[in-house]
Amino acid sequence: MDMQQRQAYWRRNLRLMAVLLTIWALVSFGAGILFVEPLNNVDFMGVPLGFWFAQQGSILTFLILIAVYVWRMDKLDAEFGITEYEEEVHH
Amino acid sequence: MGAVQAWTLVFVVITFSLYIYIAYASKVKDTAGFYVAGGGIPAPANGAAIAADWMSAASFISMAGIIAFSSNGYAGSVYLMGWTGGYVLLALLLAPYLRKFGKFTVPEFVGDRFSETARIIAVISAIVVSFVYVAGQMAGVGLVFQRFLGVNQTLGVVIGMAIVFAYAVFGGMKGITWTQVTQYSVLIVAYLIPAVAISQKLTGIPIPQIGFGQIMGELNALQTEFGLDAYTGAFTQMNMLNMFLMTATLMFGTAGLPHVIVRFYTARSVRAARFSALWALFFISLLYLTAPAIGAFSKFNVLNQIPGTGVDDVPDWFASWRDVGLITVDDLNGNGIIDVVGGLGEGTELAINNDIVVLAAPEIAALPAPIIGLVAAGGLAAALSTASGLLLVISSAVANDVYYKRINPQATEARQLMVGRFAMGGAILVAGYLGINPPGFVAQVVALAFGLGAASFFPTLFLGIFWKKCTAKGAAAGMAAGLLITFAYMIWTIPIYGGSEGIFGIAATSFGFVGMLINFAVTIVVSQFTEKPTEVMQQLVEEVRYPGRSELVAAHATGALDEELLHGEHHDHDPDARHP
Repeated sequence: MDMQQRQAYWRRNLRLMAVLLTIWALVSFGAGILFVEPLNNVDFMGVPLGFWFAQQGSILTFLILIAVYVWRMDKLDAEFGITEYEEEVHH
Repeated sequence: MGAVQAWTLVFVVITFSLYIYIAYASKVKDTAGFYVAGGGIPAPANGAAIAADWMSAASFISMAGIIAFSSNGYAGSVYLMGWTGGYVLLALLLAPYLRKFGKFTVPEFVGDRFSETARIIAVISAIVVSFVYVAGQMAGVGLVFQRFLGVNQTLGVVIGMAIVFAYAVFGGMKGITWTQVTQYSVLIVAYLIPAVAISQKLTGIPIPQIGFGQIMGELNALQTEFGLDAYTGAFTQMNMLNMFLMTATLMFGTAGLPHVIVRFYTARSVRAARFSALWALFFISLLYLTAPAIGAFSKFNVLNQIPGTGVDDVPDWFASWRDVGLITVDDLNGNGIIDVVGGLGEGTELAINNDIVVLAAPEIAALPAPIIGLVAAGGLAAALSTASGLLLVISSAVANDVYYKRINPQATEARQLMVGRFAMGGAILVAGYLGINPPGFVAQVVALAFGLGAASFFPTLFLGIFWKKCTAKGAAAGMAAGLLITFAYMIWTIPIYGGSEGIFGIAATSFGFVGMLINFAVTIVVSQFTEKPTEVMQQLVEEVRYPGRSELVAAHATGALDEELLHGEHHDHDPDARHP
């Protein structure tokens, strides 16, 4: 990769991180804590929705976020022609 | 010997033999194998090992109880969100870059990126956090042996030490990793089978995550009947500020715990490190999504079965846990009946220890003896797998970061390996001692370990990767400030020492996030006024951002880079000492 490609790669990576971390904060600190009381007025599978987010929904969302990250980064790497993963060294 | 004891013995013997066989099959001959399993673990296996490493006796044995009993439902969500949300931070912000850097330990990254001062602070922090944590694991092993096999706690801890010794000292990270994969399988099966059985029995739905919605209405009604706050009610046990700060502390602490981070060094490549994080959270979430259901079911069962029962008329499971002192009944009004009015816990007629909820759940639900035995083996797997991961951090910090880097850089590979094994043996002895004579404040200190991890490691690692101009003095000052202020606040506020209200009523366990912000601020400010990293170092940090082969990163990882180029001539490391 030349300098320009590297910058483009890094910018795309940072943008992806920003989007995913915003969702991360919204479901846990948002739905699970700050807005838990209004959300608790909604029933979801027998459980108040805010409570559900705090004990189930946030964890499921975290899992999806990492899956999306892994998937998008793979695509990004492919786009920039990176294939030589197995060559990385240790010590 | 009863049926439960016999089945427990069967499962314990089978699983322990398996662990020893794996240890024997994965002996290591070099330091790369001992510290990071040669960096050659496939992602799903690495994910399972991370999950086993992560899910300790606290997750397996205590968490469902903490959620349902001591936190009364909603407040327990801090553990669920905190201990899983940290993996998003790890996956996105740390794991790929640390793997790319290609070193053995967390202090090693800190030392190589910054300075020897920073390395020493990181070593001390890693060792303290790990010992605090490991004491709880050994005590958990003792508890399971005592209750299920009737041996005394000391003997239980000694048996646990011997097993860990067998696979950790000889197999190093390689032995530990493959044993952890097995231990994960044991613990997750042991956790899910009773959960599914209880859900089926109570609600007719075999999926606990759906089943628990069916009993929630009734559980809330029972809670109200016995004078407890609603199970799903928000902010009854902990206010919004503390919920927020404690969740954040556990998340950033998770992303800063050395025994978790080191697992990403065992991945094959950057891509494998990313996938490891995904697999890890997948495996962890199987347990974490189930724990709140087990907690709710057990509380529902207890509130249904126990109140109004005669003191001498209790079910068998209740009596056997009362005999080991983990359920206490105090017939305050002397009517011979267990009355639950105005809550549970100390000062009421019925107190149930958090640690028994999962272990007792199958008995409470009257499931057959083999399942109960399996749960005991699962508890042991959870405790032993975490203990071995922590012991590896301690031994690698001592042997690699102190002995090899500071004391004897000329040490041969064989000698380093021997020092690593001795350090491991010594750490196991100390851990065993702490497990047999647990200091009274262990439970509290484990929660505090996350605050210290968040306040010390996370900002240093994050800025070290994302900010090329972050300086060595800045990082050392930030780490020291974060650690000391967090530690001081904890001493000032935890009940057994200072007992102060603190600032804005922030609890000791919630303060780590504040300490982390202080670390960030100090690092950034000091970095403005101190000597910038060398050009080569800035270039190296830059290269770590891109996957694929980089000559510079490779040269640094193999130690072929000149110290002076990397750290400047003022660096306090003897440049000749590095390459024996």
